[in-house]
Amino acid sequence: MPRIVYVQPDGARDECDVEAGINLMQAAAVHAIEGIVGECGGNCMCATCHVYVDPHQIDLLPARSEAEDALLDGVAAERRANSRLACQINMQPALDGLIVRLPDRQI
Amino acid sequence: MPLPADKTDCENEPVRRQVPSLDVDPFSADYFENPLRVHHELREAGPVVWLGRYQCWAVARYTEVRSVLHDWRTFCSSRGVGIQDFAKEEPWRPRSPVLETDPPQHDGARAVLNRVLSPAVIKRVRQELSLVAERRIDELLQRRNIDAIADLAEAYPLSVFPDLVGMPKEGREHILPTASLNFNAFGPNNELRRAAFATAAPHMSWVMESCKSTNLAPDGFGSQIYAAAEAGEITTDEAALLVRTLFFAGVDTTVNAIGAAIYCLASFPTQWKKLHADPSLARNAFEEAVRYESPVQTFFRTTTQSTEITGAHLNEGEKVLMFLGAANRDPRHWERPDEFDIERRASGHFGFGGGIHMCVGQLLARLEGEVVLSALARRVSAISINGQPKRRHNNTLRGLATLPVTLHAA
Repeated sequence: MPRIVYVQPDGARDECDVEAGINLMQAAAVHAIEGIVGECGGNCMCATCHVYVDPHQIDLLPARSEAEDALLDGVAAERRANSRLACQINMQPALDGLIVRLPDRQI
Repeated sequence: MPLPADKTDCENEPVRRQVPSLDVDPFSADYFENPLRVHHELREAGPVVWLGRYQCWAVARYTEVRSVLHDWRTFCSSRGVGIQDFAKEEPWRPRSPVLETDPPQHDGARAVLNRVLSPAVIKRVRQELSLVAERRIDELLQRRNIDAIADLAEAYPLSVFPDLVGMPKEGREHILPTASLNFNAFGPNNELRRAAFATAAPHMSWVMESCKSTNLAPDGFGSQIYAAAEAGEITTDEAALLVRTLFFAGVDTTVNAIGAAIYCLASFPTQWKKLHADPSLARNAFEEAVRYESPVQTFFRTTTQSTEITGAHLNEGEKVLMFLGAANRDPRHWERPDEFDIERRASGHFGFGGGIHMCVGQLLARLEGEVVLSALARRVSAISINGQPKRRHNNTLRGLATLPVTLHAA
């Protein structure tokens, strides 16, 4: 099972095995990872599952949809070049070892 | 229930008999007073239930409600999200370009509303909405004994939302009756629906007039929708109907959600104490109240083809009633579903729907709920119910007509 690493703002790391097809917001909920809210339940509408993908890995991900891009303009923490919404990243074997850093706030 | 003589239905009857059938009425006064028993019956009867009384299917478990919400190709909205099938009956009003359409027609209109109500926009109004909430609570604390529905749950959204939309200042007393009409109209032709239509004319004419671009304030959400029409993204007719959708869907829903939150917090003092001690829980408390009370109880979809839900066979052109409130308390998904717990991870509930039609105003609703609860938590030490709360009956919405409470200053 591919593995994902969630890194908290204070540097604490959680490594989770995530089934392919599950998105990173759902995976965070299953593994009780703090700092990802996902208020809209993964419908790409609330921008509360903002993560910073490791800059070295950002190219592994499919491009953002228009909806995700628009929502990222409204995230609570700073938007950066490597900002993504966790609910829009579906786990797949090629993403094994993906590192995502959590912003200091989601709302 | 006599068997229908129609050939198609007779052919389908053997299959239907394998599916549990219940004679409950989710549009009756008894149900509105206490829907929980019926929710339990529906969930326990099976994953899909036939409601003979209304000749429609029902889903009340979390998994099945989710499947229906997320499969717009099979369970469409363009044939109406109430009991009426638009393929067989004319809608009572021109259909909403977002609520009662499917992709691709749906998407252009939805994109416009997504932008008008985007996180960036909502972030900009946060401070203002927060100030208005604090002022409102300060005023109510002077009076101490209030009706938490009229004086807060209704008064607060009415003091912010119409201005955000840019509605005309005159005639705003029509807003709540119009919304109530709209939500009653999704139900069957019962007493509630007939009564709503009997008094509808003046309200509807105010709404239709107010939705015109010339009657909207230049900087509000309404004018921004018309700007999208000028830019060619949607037609002018669609713009008028989208503004109307904001009028219909933006106030009463939030009113009932805020009312639900205050009712829950007043009914469960332990939860109130937690919120008072840590007002940063306000947002989650609101979310949990939306799960727990589910202000929007039900919506229909219509099948576009014959299909199967968890072993039940459905024909093309059949109505499916989704019990959002029942799914929000399905023990198959939620731990301690009947406990109101403001620290629960409530995300994933269907209080705002789900899938492509999920409430487009959810961020604004959450903001309104959060700032009201946060202001209450910081200024009030206890809320005590000092009279009998009364339910307001509506074919879609669950909420209170009155909630007499005493506010104790912190």
